[in-house]
Amino acid sequence: MAERRTLNVNGRARTITVDDLDMPLLLALRENLALNGPLFGCGLAQCGACTVHIDGKAVRSCVHPLSKVAPAQKVVTIEGLAQGSRLHPVQRAFVEEQAVQCGYCINGMIMESVAFLAGNKNPSETDIRKALANNICRCGTHTRIVRAVKRAAGTA
Amino acid sequence: MTKHFNPSRRDLLKGGGALVVSFSLIGQGEPLMAQEATAQRPLSIAEVDAFLAIDARGRIAVYSGKVDLGTGVRTALAQMAAEELDVPFNRVRIVEGDTALTPDQGKTWGSLTIQAGGVQIRNAAATARAALIEQAAQRLKAKSEELSVADGVISAGNRRVTYGELIGGKMFSIKLDPAKPAKSKEPKDYKIVGKSVPRVDIPAKVTGRFTYINNLRLRGMLHGRVIRPPSVGAKLESVDEGSIKDIAGIVRIVREGNFLGVVAQTEWGAIKAARQLKATWSKWEGLPEQAKLFEHVRGTKVFRDETTGNVGNTTEAMAKEGVKKVSASYDFAIHTHGSQSPSCAVAEFRDGKLTSWSASQATHDLRKQLAEMFAMPVESVRCIYLEGSGCYGRNGHEDAAADAAVLAKAVGRPVRVQWSRADEHGWDPKGPPTLIDLRAALDGSSVTAWESEFFIPQQTDKSFMVPLIPATLAGMPAKPDIAPGNIFQNSNIPYKFANIKAVCHRLETTPFRPSWIRTPGRMQNTYANECFLDELAAVANADPIEFRLKYLDPADQRGIETLNRVAALAKWDKRPSPQQNVSGNVVKGRGVSYVKYELTRTYVAVVAEVEVDRAAGTIKVPKVYMAHDCGQIINPDGLRNQLDGNVIQMVSRTLIEELKFDRSHVTSLDWVSYPVITFPDVPEIVLDLIDRPNERPWGAGEPSAAVVPSAISNAVFDATGVRLRSVPYTPDKVKAAMRSGA
Repeated sequence: MAERRTLNVNGRARTITVDDLDMPLLLALRENLALNGPLFGCGLAQCGACTVHIDGKAVRSCVHPLSKVAPAQKVVTIEGLAQGSRLHPVQRAFVEEQAVQCGYCINGMIMESVAFLAGNKNPSETDIRKALANNICRCGTHTRIVRAVKRAAGTA
Repeated sequence: MTKHFNPSRRDLLKGGGALVVSFSLIGQGEPLMAQEATAQRPLSIAEVDAFLAIDARGRIAVYSGKVDLGTGVRTALAQMAAEELDVPFNRVRIVEGDTALTPDQGKTWGSLTIQAGGVQIRNAAATARAALIEQAAQRLKAKSEELSVADGVISAGNRRVTYGELIGGKMFSIKLDPAKPAKSKEPKDYKIVGKSVPRVDIPAKVTGRFTYINNLRLRGMLHGRVIRPPSVGAKLESVDEGSIKDIAGIVRIVREGNFLGVVAQTEWGAIKAARQLKATWSKWEGLPEQAKLFEHVRGTKVFRDETTGNVGNTTEAMAKEGVKKVSASYDFAIHTHGSQSPSCAVAEFRDGKLTSWSASQATHDLRKQLAEMFAMPVESVRCIYLEGSGCYGRNGHEDAAADAAVLAKAVGRPVRVQWSRADEHGWDPKGPPTLIDLRAALDGSSVTAWESEFFIPQQTDKSFMVPLIPATLAGMPAKPDIAPGNIFQNSNIPYKFANIKAVCHRLETTPFRPSWIRTPGRMQNTYANECFLDELAAVANADPIEFRLKYLDPADQRGIETLNRVAALAKWDKRPSPQQNVSGNVVKGRGVSYVKYELTRTYVAVVAEVEVDRAAGTIKVPKVYMAHDCGQIINPDGLRNQLDGNVIQMVSRTLIEELKFDRSHVTSLDWVSYPVITFPDVPEIVLDLIDRPNERPWGAGEPSAAVVPSAISNAVFDATGVRLRSVPYTPDKVKAAMRSGA
């Protein structure tokens, strides 16, 4: 049975029609709204490639069903971080550090870091490593990612 | 950005039927090059036009059969082309891995993208530049020597002509003669090569705008999922189609032999259907017992012995009276690629032709395999590369491409297949288990004989094509090849002992479908060789670096320099291992390792520092130093990125990774059951890049990975006096080794 749902995504109200509300938010973003920034990596909340923000908190959208997303909750994807052509400081830091290999984990790294830095203005390297401990990068970009987060935090 | 396009709408069929759908990877959204749109492109690597096209505005398209698997080589290839053509970097875009547009430069493997593929592009560009200068000389009525070139403009005094004016939209029609390559630029004149040009893909990758294969959507596209057998060799007995009838939008259940898939209108529908569909399969328990894996390997029938090193007479040297004999066996676990994205592909059959989009590292090979599978002429198949998540060898991309093709054929519409995490971990081809026996004789402190035996699967014929899963499951035409790659490489050693014998026992079979995973064979073989060499150094009571230097070919100065540079970088404390007078539970040590890749190219030396918790059996690798000589460096920052990645991934593979399985199937099907390294355990990495601008560029994709496991093992020995000989070094193995004091 088709269901309609209104979501607040990147500051806009978006109404989508889906088969059921068990569908993960990730698929709604990708398939219904063509927001490809969040990526499917495991579907198990283990790797972080699908991370988005809900009311400022980093959430694994691959296991977060639509039924748990209230219309008033603010969903932000990586596409919503930049202000027009002005990159978010964390995005800019990732470019400056060239902190990308294949980049498939980078959505998660950036979204997790933005949420983390919002609550920790002066993190140590150990803090950053802990904050990202549940985000997998298979290429081995970790050292650059840590540098990028430090740079964004102004603690580099 | 979602890519919506339909090949039929841009069906520019001229000159033999190349469907033109291309992606502008530099400056997304630029129009197609005229040459792509109007004619079938030449694809022979003997033609300049196969590699290059210049439009009327002077924009350069470089057609590369080698693809960027997430390492940044797209940027490096563009640097090489821009440099040789004397055009600004941002005027070059790279078209990759499209069988209708790009020449077959071989698979993207073996650390050959720059060394082989890039050099071919460089030669084509140098040839093109020479031809343009010749044309300009005529046009400007000047002598070639009087002309200068800058930014794609050729000038004689104040007379000038642009590349676009000379050749824009036209073919060069020049043959490339590999025996007489055009003179390429002097490295001293380089403006772009050797610079850390920022990667062209990163802005899109940090903003969610990058078009991964996963993001490709065609008009009318449906979503497929595969349902794999619960055990490797199970047969499909029955399918209860009614079990998914409550799911909306199911288009088809596709069953062909043991191939089972579902196609649905939406991805969620396909996921639910794949989870819910009831099928019964026969029981199969044909895998060896994991606990006895290496007994199984040792007992597997040998197909052929290959001798890769043979100097003097080791039998006599080993039998000599008074020598000290040393022997050890090493093993290396089965590994999965564990690409961050499960494989994904899109396929469409239309008018008897198949178009396949995937992240294949070898689209020209995939094309042949798909043609064989569907009994189609190869000309009727087009394979197009779109980047996926990082790819370290032949993972599941090609299989997913074949899955998508089977499903697309069944429903007559484009189908996208996205594997699940369990599909990827369970069914990507594996790095085979490797067992190595080593023996040596020492006369006093000098090594007099070295014998090695490697138990590794055979490579059937020379196709290097891993059989496609759906072809095997569905009983479609396919060659039953075993293709682990060139895993014999680096079984022989770079050290000049008087007597050497290295033999690879190529086994008839291996438990899982094998393929090449980053540094295949070279890493496992180097691991055993470099650990055992360290054992000999300890027996000789020699410093491990000095011991290596003693036996390296004195004529091989680059190797010697690489080792000396890492010693300086790490402030190596010259002394034998293990260190003496250690106390306390947590002990520290350092280990060295060295490789000359395939004994012919890139030199790497590494020092790893470790901390071993003897009670807990845990190993930490806080710091790794590396000296690296790959000849001419194209992009230093790109190289650093790749070396960091190799070190980190190899620390993970050495300390943690091991495929688990029962008698039926893989049981490590996610990141909990197949853990990989995470941020808290990642080492600090200190690099010394040895740049040799006047030497040819060699590969850097893999060599640095070869030395990491042995350096860690040697460091653990240095710290504890205990030798670890079985990767991964899990706490249980470490504790057992400590107890036995091996």
